[in-house]
Amino acid sequence: MNNSRQIDRHGRLHHFLSIEGLNRKLLSDILDAAESFSGVTEQTVKKVPLLRGKTIVNLFFEASTRTRTTFELAAKRLSADILNINITQSSTVKGETLLDTLRNLEAMHVDMFVVRHADSGAAHFIAAHVAPHVSVINAGDGRHAHPTQALLDMFTIRRVKGPDFGRLRVAIVGDIMHSRVARSQIHALNLLNTGEIRIVAPKTLTPAHTESLGVHVFHELSKGIEGADVIIMLRLQRERMQGALLPSEHEYYELFGVTKEKLHAAKPDVTIMHPGPINRGVEMDSEVADGPHSVILAQVTHGIAVRMAVMSMAMHHKEPVTE
Amino acid sequence: MTAPATLTQNLRLKGGRVIDPANKVDDVLDVYIADGRIAALGGAPEGFGAAQEIDASGCFVCPGLVDLCARVREPGQEHKATIATESVAAAAGGITTLCCPPDTNPIVETPADIELIRLRAEKTGKTRIVTLGALTHGLDGERLSEMAALKNAGCVGVSNALRPLANTLVQRRALEYAATFDLTVFLHPNDHWLSANGCAHEGRVATRLGLPGIPEAAETAAVARDLTLIEQTGIRAHFCHLTTARAVNMVARAQFDGLPVTADVAIPYLYLTEVDICDFDSFCHVIPPLRTTQDRQHLREALKRGTLSAVCSDHQPHEADAKLRSFPSTEPGISGLDTLLPLGLRLVDEHVLELGELIHRLTAGPAGILGLPYGTLSVGASADVCIFDPDHTWQLNTDTLLSNGHNTPFMNWEMKGRVIHTLLAGKLVHSLAG
Repeated sequence: MNNSRQIDRHGRLHHFLSIEGLNRKLLSDILDAAESFSGVTEQTVKKVPLLRGKTIVNLFFEASTRTRTTFELAAKRLSADILNINITQSSTVKGETLLDTLRNLEAMHVDMFVVRHADSGAAHFIAAHVAPHVSVINAGDGRHAHPTQALLDMFTIRRVKGPDFGRLRVAIVGDIMHSRVARSQIHALNLLNTGEIRIVAPKTLTPAHTESLGVHVFHELSKGIEGADVIIMLRLQRERMQGALLPSEHEYYELFGVTKEKLHAAKPDVTIMHPGPINRGVEMDSEVADGPHSVILAQVTHGIAVRMAVMSMAMHHKEPVTE
Repeated sequence: MTAPATLTQNLRLKGGRVIDPANKVDDVLDVYIADGRIAALGGAPEGFGAAQEIDASGCFVCPGLVDLCARVREPGQEHKATIATESVAAAAGGITTLCCPPDTNPIVETPADIELIRLRAEKTGKTRIVTLGALTHGLDGERLSEMAALKNAGCVGVSNALRPLANTLVQRRALEYAATFDLTVFLHPNDHWLSANGCAHEGRVATRLGLPGIPEAAETAAVARDLTLIEQTGIRAHFCHLTTARAVNMVARAQFDGLPVTADVAIPYLYLTEVDICDFDSFCHVIPPLRTTQDRQHLREALKRGTLSAVCSDHQPHEADAKLRSFPSTEPGISGLDTLLPLGLRLVDEHVLELGELIHRLTAGPAGILGLPYGTLSVGASADVCIFDPDHTWQLNTDTLLSNGHNTPFMNWEMKGRVIHTLLAGKLVHSLAG
């Protein structure tokens, strides 16, 4: 992965496109910054003037509620002006190319784009073509990466389990094949020297050569989550029932859905995570989702602080280096 | 050096090293050309008076290159390239015959379509363009095309290009009907269902980048099905641009068993692999996709052995905008006319092929597949000649690239070997400026 695109020559964030290409120090710096911002989000006046006068555009080519909203809140708490632009499939059909859309917005003196797109590589493409002063944050591109989601997951794990990932066994369960979240999580967990990373999925939802990402592959839930400190469930898209990837939600739930009983295989203090939105009764039952092991809502809260950290760090790469 | 000859006249190519693999010639010889044909090699024929001489000393003199697959985008996609622009690039690349697949717009499915392309190529006069006709009506994969009419109009074979056939019954019937007229069928082996919406080889790189994958089985399943039907129908078939080691082995086995099948490789696959996609480089977006380093090595060996008897450019010029999108949304294909010979010569430098073997795969090999009498310097053959300086180094860049399509991952590569003159039927159609 080409580091130079997201890291400037002083080693600071310029764009934030993928976890790949970051080093452990920078990743930890972002998590530390998020820790300090999480204080802000808990105050009565939830604002800092860090990005006052800056213009940020949420450029979403794919529908999203949670991610878009937390980016919006994060920008507002940094005192930036933020604009939401949702470009559905139909308006791209009208003929304006991605580059034209970008140029038009750039002409309005935008400082940062937060981009979500259905194509893998879209954020890289945009970062390669924006004006040099503009930063691009990847809010999810195809099946490739969702780096801020992975960061907020790491932030959450660090808060619950402490900073030493070396003693952790983390199992990621579900549709790895189509998941940008899983790919970013795997890179982040590896960067933090996680003891063992496991993925658990039927073969139809396991990509080719998944081991090459640095994970152990399991196809049986009870074995895959055995002794796990953290279980991350992935969302199963309804459309996966078409295309002969799975026979039914019912069978998926029977085999890969996490219930209180099945949790006995994991460590007693296991932490349950999910990037949302949950399909109750498909990926897990409500007893688990709302149970004592679940940190699913904390993940959402942490999303704001993590995105504040990423946005402020990427925006400040333009300032002179102070030694 | 003499002034360029514009008319067909008696010509002597003096002092070059002549390589004509079809006739096992590799020697410093003079070549004599009269009336657009090769008159003699070595000594002048009796009474020969050369109106012109071309000094070829220090150069190689070989048959004009025959490119099995090049899209010139005309008719229908003139914003990408035209017969005029691509003919200039072909001539400058030493290519004197190129074969177009039928997926133009309109599709090549009537004598008029073939006539249009031939007339425009003749008007430009820089290279000979032959065409494959559509295997099915409108390439719809369901109804047969009028193959007898296509053959009478001069098409050199039939193909459904990259479009799928509806089912194996249609394929069987199409092959049988083509066999009726002794037409070679050009197959692009790809199982439409397995490749689905993929844009990269299903392997480590696609997994890491989250790109929808095209499995090796998309090629091998198609080759297996095709070979079964070839055996059943007795048709002569050619597999276009194999990319996987396993498919190559299947074809080698079929050849060993005596089936009338040939296969080629497109030159980018001899250099690039899935790894070159690296950071979503859309210039490496090709269909079929770039495969693994093991596949690349196997393709190189199969080319040496002759299982793959031709190297083609698989030229697909695009306008700049076609590649200015996110990777999966870009149009696949590489512009390749300019680099066919120099990238080929690099195989000789890398000890993959002997020079004679390379020239064979670029001339007599593909001409044989097309059933055309080109690609040799036999006495009486059309004087299609490529004269190149093997030591001339140059850089491929926007100034030196002549194709209208600048979509190439080889941009800024240092190339060794450059065409100095190209002759088409005895007529000088290209001379390197300076």
